[in-house]
Amino acid sequence: MEMKEKNELIALSRKIRGKVIELSFRSGVAHLGSALSCIDILIALYWRAIRIDPKKPIGQGRDRFILSKGHAVTALYAVLAERGILSEELLNTLGIEESELTEHPGPKCAPGIEAGSGSLGHGLSLGIGMALAGRIQKHDYNVFVLMSDGEMNEGSVWEAALFAPANRIDNLIAFVDFNRWQATGRSEEIMALEPLAKKWESFCWNTYEIDGHSYAELLAVLEKVKIRNGKPSIIIARTIKGKGVSFMEDNNNWHYKIPSQTDVDQAKKELGLM
Amino acid sequence: MRNAFAAELLELVKEDCRLVILSADIGNRMFDQHKDYAPDRFYNCGVAEANMISLASGLALSGMIPVAYTITPFITVRCLEQIKIDICYHNVPVILIGTGSGLSYAELGPTHHSLDDLALLRALPNMTVLAPGDPVEAKLALRAAVELNKPVYIRIGKKGEPVVHHSLPEFKIGQGIVLTPGRDVCLISTGNLLPEAVEAAEKLGKRKISAQVTSFHTIKPLDQELLKDIFSKFKLIVTIEEHGLIGGLGGAVAEWAADHGVKDRSIVRCGIPDRFLHKVGSQENYRKEFGLTATAISERIIKELAK
Repeated sequence: MEMKEKNELIALSRKIRGKVIELSFRSGVAHLGSALSCIDILIALYWRAIRIDPKKPIGQGRDRFILSKGHAVTALYAVLAERGILSEELLNTLGIEESELTEHPGPKCAPGIEAGSGSLGHGLSLGIGMALAGRIQKHDYNVFVLMSDGEMNEGSVWEAALFAPANRIDNLIAFVDFNRWQATGRSEEIMALEPLAKKWESFCWNTYEIDGHSYAELLAVLEKVKIRNGKPSIIIARTIKGKGVSFMEDNNNWHYKIPSQTDVDQAKKELGLM
Repeated sequence: MRNAFAAELLELVKEDCRLVILSADIGNRMFDQHKDYAPDRFYNCGVAEANMISLASGLALSGMIPVAYTITPFITVRCLEQIKIDICYHNVPVILIGTGSGLSYAELGPTHHSLDDLALLRALPNMTVLAPGDPVEAKLALRAAVELNKPVYIRIGKKGEPVVHHSLPEFKIGQGIVLTPGRDVCLISTGNLLPEAVEAAEKLGKRKISAQVTSFHTIKPLDQELLKDIFSKFKLIVTIEEHGLIGGLGGAVAEWAADHGVKDRSIVRCGIPDRFLHKVGSQENYRKEFGLTATAISERIIKELAK
């Protein structure tokens, strides 16, 4: 990819990371580390892959996106706002009493939210249903689902993993934001996740492993998964929890911690926003 | 009930291209014609009920009306959280069919008994809960559920239950059906015990006791108007269900009575006590043990009226 394009996307990611940190500070909404780890995936999807008209986000033929790791929704809200799907005004209600923007996304809680989530292990199956409906109705849309590595603990994920290839669901593209942490510890120590890519490969999914912060790799893989070969696709994106801010990176305290004003200022400096 | 359901489902699949059938590896051969008619609208989801329920919601969120089918405990308790979140929270038209409800599969043991499904599904916001009393009501319930276009759970029995309605009754979700009017006692039955309730009323009739028989095929929403009428006319109200005594029809009626300041009325609840049924038993024998036969119900009423 060209340097100019790469630089533009990186600049965008810095801006959105800053926004997400500021939102967490202002609203007291947690899960900052989980939100920061998936921002590059979301940007690659919303600026380069997902076909959606920001003015008509419920158009019939649109691509669908499900944030199965619903606890990272501040990242999605911020991305949708930056993409012009959700208004800045609505975004700024986050954390305010009676706001529609819940800490885990509710069904249709905001423009661009296709499904509610927050309980892990639902999104992949929801996505399969949407993908199947597209096939029955002869639409050519794709369904994208973003899961976390902790979410791989849920048995229902593996039910979905078995179902989709058997039914040749190839308009479904899943991501795992593999930041190697879950709420209280290292994900590969709590459950035997590794080798994760081999597991999905042996379940007959088109399986790709990439650096989830490299736009070159993200864009390349999103090009590859466009090919429909009768199999669903999964991208294991290696990421860093808290990515972008030195004192948050790979530090699991930021699963629940809310940043202070000093933290926000320091983070913004590092992101080149101050 | 099961065959009536399957036949009506085939009609509905032909009439409405939004219908999709999902089965959790149950209903061998039963769906052959459905598969032949619309192969792209039938999916055997395997023994993976959680995935089946969530994908049903995904289908419904995209304009389809899925009808998900398996044995009652596996389409209710097994995947309750998926029902709560993906179907009820999203408020989408998914129709859940539990087959072999209550003690229909008594011999198969507590894994296959469903004595808690009404209580659990009734507790979920947006969910409509139906328990048709015979094959005729089963057909009508399915058709009404498709028309409702909201989350619906239908609890059906097995095959071979007797037909109670010999003409087509008017069937509306949330409206009970009065089969026979009466003066002395009102029997409110839900689900597959309806034939026993009808027979109990006949037995009472022979003893000069006039019993009203009402089919409450809808557990949620309860028929408030009919309950008002029943509680104003009758001193003794008897609920009849092949379900645990906690939270089913009897529980729902008792809640309604408490909320409506009912006084000077007796509610007798016929159902299954709060325990697992460990020993081998047939549906028939368990009904005898728990006083759910026409004879036992009528005798209990005679005793109550003598108090």
